[in-house]
Amino acid sequence: MSRVIVAAIASLIITIALALAVLERPTPTLSLPNLASTAITPGEAGVLHPITAVLLEFRSIDTLLEIAVLLVAVVVALALREAQPDGADRMGLDNPLLHAVVKLLLPLMLLVAAYLLWAGSTRPGGAFQAGAVLAGCGVLLRLAGTSLHGLERPRWLQGGRVLGLLVFVSVGIPPMLAGRAFLDYPADLAGGLILLIEAALTLSIALALLSLFRLAPPQSDSPAFPDRRKRRRA
Amino acid sequence: MSTDLFFAWIGVALCGLGLFGFIVHHHLMRRLLAFNIMGSGSFLLLVGLAQDGRGPDPVPQALVLTGIVIAVASTALALVVLRRWYRVSGESSLPEDV
Amino acid sequence: MGWLDLLLGLTLVTTAGLALASRDLFRAVVMFIVFGLLMALVWVRLQAPDIALAEAAIGAGLTGVLLLDTLGYLKRRFEPTGTNERRPTPTTEGRGDAR
Repeated sequence: MSRVIVAAIASLIITIALALAVLERPTPTLSLPNLASTAITPGEAGVLHPITAVLLEFRSIDTLLEIAVLLVAVVVALALREAQPDGADRMGLDNPLLHAVVKLLLPLMLLVAAYLLWAGSTRPGGAFQAGAVLAGCGVLLRLAGTSLHGLERPRWLQGGRVLGLLVFVSVGIPPMLAGRAFLDYPADLAGGLILLIEAALTLSIALALLSLFRLAPPQSDSPAFPDRRKRRRA
Repeated sequence: MSTDLFFAWIGVALCGLGLFGFIVHHHLMRRLLAFNIMGSGSFLLLVGLAQDGRGPDPVPQALVLTGIVIAVASTALALVVLRRWYRVSGESSLPEDV
Repeated sequence: MGWLDLLLGLTLVTTAGLALASRDLFRAVVMFIVFGLLMALVWVRLQAPDIALAEAAIGAGLTGVLLLDTLGYLKRRFEPTGTNERRPTPTTEGRGDAR
């Protein structure tokens, strides 16, 4: 019971503090959107959509660190995983309807992911959304137990996971050699470089989210866990 | 009251609610839900306050976009750790919690 | 701020409360998924279509899958005995060197 009281007091204090912060909010002295848009200069950045420009031009180190954090999460999950090599374990729900739907939907989902990636430079969309849709594809494939054969080799998966960070850093360093700041892309190449980074990010985000999902499942051969496929057929 | 400010207030409510749930529950998965709700509240607060009376602002929106991806990664990692813990101990809550 | 916002905000807080208060863990997770979907709508109202897209795909989709999968894991291991007794770890531990 005392726990409930403690929780009530703590959450009340936080709520009141936040409410006071909202009520007493200072009037802004400078406009962040204007500041950002003057710093980005849309024509020069090569991307017209403000959010993509902020993510990859104005605050690109945030995005770089974000993909690094994702990679760290995957590495920790890999260290904690229960014994299961890549590709061997799948859920394989034996449902003909699921298989048919996956076959129908998969090309469409890949198309949506590619469109979101491409749209990112001019309108809402970008690497994060495309990566999430791509990860959704992977989850669906795993649920259906569809194999991708050659694409599921561990080395390829490892390469894909680090590709985003690798491309980001290797695009960021050359400007330093030319005496500019880290990630300060040359103006005439910015559009293409940002699309390249975004494509690599999409792949890495999708693979990271997917591996975090795949690393979690139980071993199919443990005594406490009868294989779900066998159980289904019985 | 503008839409943005209203949702900032909703964010305040979600933060308080999430913290309450986080302390009250023993079950680690419920705590994870509470943690995520608190996170959503802070995202709303961040964007709502920044945009109040000034229209859409790409900078906090980009920050929140990054935050959402980090939140799902940390949730997934927490679930991996939770499963691991459950496997070695057979418990779904921590022994320090009484 | 219109009626739609008011309704959306109140529903959001209610689903969050239900996700935290439900006795059944499955119901709590489903409420959390609903909460994620409503958050996507809120982002649209806040003129942030990018976040709305990401939230709909991640917050509602992927997080839901992850949580339900873990829930299945927890439930399944409780099933045979009905108690949370200590189980011996299987001998296959630490075999995954292929990655």
